[in-house]
Amino acid sequence: MKKGEVSFRIGGAAGDGVASSAETFARTCTRSGLYVSTYSFYQSVIRGGHVWTQVRASESPVNCHGEDPDVLICLNQDTADFHAKNVTEGGAIIVDPNAVKVEKNELKKGVTLVEIPLLELSRTYSTAQIMKNTVALGAVVGLLDMDFDVFVSVVKSQFGTKKQDVIDANVGAAKAGHDFVAKGNGRLQHPARYTKVRRMLVTGNEAIAMGALASGVKFHAQYPMTPSSSILHYLAAHGPRHGVVVKQSEDELASINMAIGAGFGGVRAMTATSGGGFSLMVEGLGLAGMLEVPVVVVLAQRGGPSTGLPTKTEQGDLNLAMGAGQGDWPRAIIAPRNQQECFDMTVKAFNLADVYQTPIILMTDLVLSESYGTVNTFDFNVPINRGMMADESKPEEFKRYLVTESGVSPRAIPGQKGFQHIAGSDEHMEDGTLISDVLAGLPNSLEERVKMHDKRMRKLNGMLKDTSGPELWGPERADLTLVSWGSTQGPLREAISRVNAENRIKVNSLEYCYVFPFHTDETKNILKSASLTMAVEGNYTGQFARLLRAETSIEMNHHLHKYDGEPFEPRHIVSKIKEVMKLA
Amino acid sequence: MPDEEVYEFKSGIKPMWCPGCGDYAVLNAVHKALTNLKLEPWRVAIISGIGCSSNLPHFLTAFGVHGIHGRVMPIATGLKLANPELTVIGTGGDGDGYGIGVGHFIHAMRRNLDITYIVMDNQIYGLTTGQASPTSLKEMKTKSTPEGVIENPVNPIALALASGATYISRGFSGDPKGLAELIEAGIKHKGFSLVDVFSPCVTYNKYNTYDYFRPKVYSLQKENHDTKDMGAAWKKALEWGEKIPLGIFYVAEGVPTYEDLEPAYRQGMPLKQKLGITDPRELIEEAM
Ligand SMILES: Cc1ncc(C[n+]2csc(CCOP(=O)(O)OP(=O)(O)O)c2C)c(N)n1
Ligand code: SF4
Ligand SMILES: [Mg+2]
Repeated sequence: MKKGEVSFRIGGAAGDGVASSAETFARTCTRSGLYVSTYSFYQSVIRGGHVWTQVRASESPVNCHGEDPDVLICLNQDTADFHAKNVTEGGAIIVDPNAVKVEKNELKKGVTLVEIPLLELSRTYSTAQIMKNTVALGAVVGLLDMDFDVFVSVVKSQFGTKKQDVIDANVGAAKAGHDFVAKGNGRLQHPARYTKVRRMLVTGNEAIAMGALASGVKFHAQYPMTPSSSILHYLAAHGPRHGVVVKQSEDELASINMAIGAGFGGVRAMTATSGGGFSLMVEGLGLAGMLEVPVVVVLAQRGGPSTGLPTKTEQGDLNLAMGAGQGDWPRAIIAPRNQQECFDMTVKAFNLADVYQTPIILMTDLVLSESYGTVNTFDFNVPINRGMMADESKPEEFKRYLVTESGVSPRAIPGQKGFQHIAGSDEHMEDGTLISDVLAGLPNSLEERVKMHDKRMRKLNGMLKDTSGPELWGPERADLTLVSWGSTQGPLREAISRVNAENRIKVNSLEYCYVFPFHTDETKNILKSASLTMAVEGNYTGQFARLLRAETSIEMNHHLHKYDGEPFEPRHIVSKIKEVMKLA
Repeated sequence: MPDEEVYEFKSGIKPMWCPGCGDYAVLNAVHKALTNLKLEPWRVAIISGIGCSSNLPHFLTAFGVHGIHGRVMPIATGLKLANPELTVIGTGGDGDGYGIGVGHFIHAMRRNLDITYIVMDNQIYGLTTGQASPTSLKEMKTKSTPEGVIENPVNPIALALASGATYISRGFSGDPKGLAELIEAGIKHKGFSLVDVFSPCVTYNKYNTYDYFRPKVYSLQKENHDTKDMGAAWKKALEWGEKIPLGIFYVAEGVPTYEDLEPAYRQGMPLKQKLGITDPRELIEEAM
């Protein structure tokens, strides 16, 4: 166990309540004042199989779920078999000896085996199987010397005032576990100071949904698909109270086209999906680009291709997002690196969509979408920029697709008298009339087509100026520069800190949140003084490195690709750094 | 309140349809219905897909989206839900609505959104120069079925009855007056209205011509068909051959629309709301 930090893991079968128990623990840590990062390992089954969740909690900020657990709750034999031997020195394993056997001689030094008759103790409070988890959680609260009242407050918020009997049962069961360890097995090395500083604990998806609410989203359409579904769940639960129409559509073709209809109607509109659904949206995205309708699209990546690994993570859809839609149309691709950026970049995406009247793609991946992280309380008072609207007093001058320097034309919405127009998916002239039919190819239309196409694509220049270049993190001069995009930030920074702490080489990191339009000049400027480079990304072909090379002609010296479905852990990156830098 | 002024709904852009195409009559009928209803063009939105028929919005002065093939209903749905005060009309072809877009068609009907969908059903793919459509009759020879269609046609009226549409009708471009009345009643109806129109493609469908329909069609309303009777509607929906019914098959009044039930509307209509969250305390507290 590290000082000031604990990695807690609970494992069982699907249906055992692993994720919800882990959430209770994560919230208890958060309310105790710790920084938290979680990861849920699960499979595409509803019952059975093997699932576990890790909650890493620390006195100092943590950006990834860490590695081996310090404290492990085994709800079934599988969990003991798979994880017990990995529990760190000085850690603890909690099992019900009537249900699970642990091979003591396989454990690391100083690991305490805490045997508690979980089921038996829980029976006093409830017949629900899941209550044994609560007994175990109470024991962990005791082992870590946490304030039991904080745990009680979490349970109370979870069940609300209406379910007093459920609260009493949970508190009673947890207290039984708590007292059991107090009597017998004592506590672990005091791991952290519990400052009780107040922070929020959110998943990436929740942060996106909150960012959308703050931005004034008024229409959200979505078809369920892991790992994007909890955006739908959050907005369905909270949206209507804030006037948001939340529509579960019949498919993703409908989601994107509904969002376009709503966007054309003048409200802020969004949709969210994963790669499969995004593939279905492709034609609609191009439509939005052509109609110049603002819409925000969340693409939460999972393992591909095809149905792929539905409950596993990957960063394999960058090519898809880059290439979505026939022909060229202006888009921005933003890949938030953590939960805070999920909120901030959603706000940004809505503003870019309105200002540039084009689809903005927000890319996350399963780890970021579904993992909890602590953030400072979000400021819901966010900047809102609806972009250029037509001059109400001059309907006679209105041309929906007026050619301008910025490429952005003043917008009008249905209901505005005198501003009627047809937004057409066919190539059109400034007033919206088609040049695809009888005019196509005639001398004047060639020019009109080029003018209109140029106009749309000029938006990329503006979006480039309105977004910032990559962030260089760590020492300015380094022996190795790691290049990444999106959620890889967490494990990557931790790996760099570990390597740099050894004082043998210096490593820094170049991180892209704004992926496209690509910040070519900034990239060249930074990378020209880099000694060696290595791209770190979660896909097979190095999709980001390819984009970077296409935009800058810079070839990465090394690559670290991961596509087994599990997220990067710092140690993977550390060992690759050592390998390429020949540090044995 | 619509004022008493009657607005011009023709845009001045001349349709490019082949001479004799059934879609001219549909355009005129839509125009007539909109003027009769004294609607204001800026409060009307016409959404279409892709096909000869889907060019229709350009010939009117309302707002509109000329979208992509098959996605009329989702675009119309999003727009209607964003601004329920608009009169939203979908237009397009049989390929658009009953082929590539048939999934959306069914779902739009079961939601009973207050929109009107006019399908110019020429039983052929016009714009792509004459392939079989989902309503092409069995044995019909087309470019894509040189030995004749071997699938059964979609029956849009039966599909609508099964899917929960609350106003279901069929018109004919050869009966422009009746067609305009059907469209007008459809727009007035609160709930999902289907107006399926036999709108002959004179260029690529040499079988389902005006002369094919004229001796067969008759008006349900002249036969005192009970439009409230679902059973009678089913019978009429399945009638095909020597006699083909036109007019209103079925109407259900007073069925709540999707908009009536949408919980978000308790806060007012989306377009007119303030943006953002004034009091985020509950959202923040819940995430602690
Ligand atoms: C996704 C997609 N597939 C195919 C097409 C080509 N296409 C254009 S119109 C059309 C069929 C038109 O038939 P219908 O909807 O009946 O309209 P009509 O021309 O007969 O009025 C097709 C297949 C397209 N535009 N988009
Ligand atoms: S091809 Fe057929 S549907 Fe198209 S305009 Fe000509 S007649 Fe009308
Ligand atoms: Mg057709």
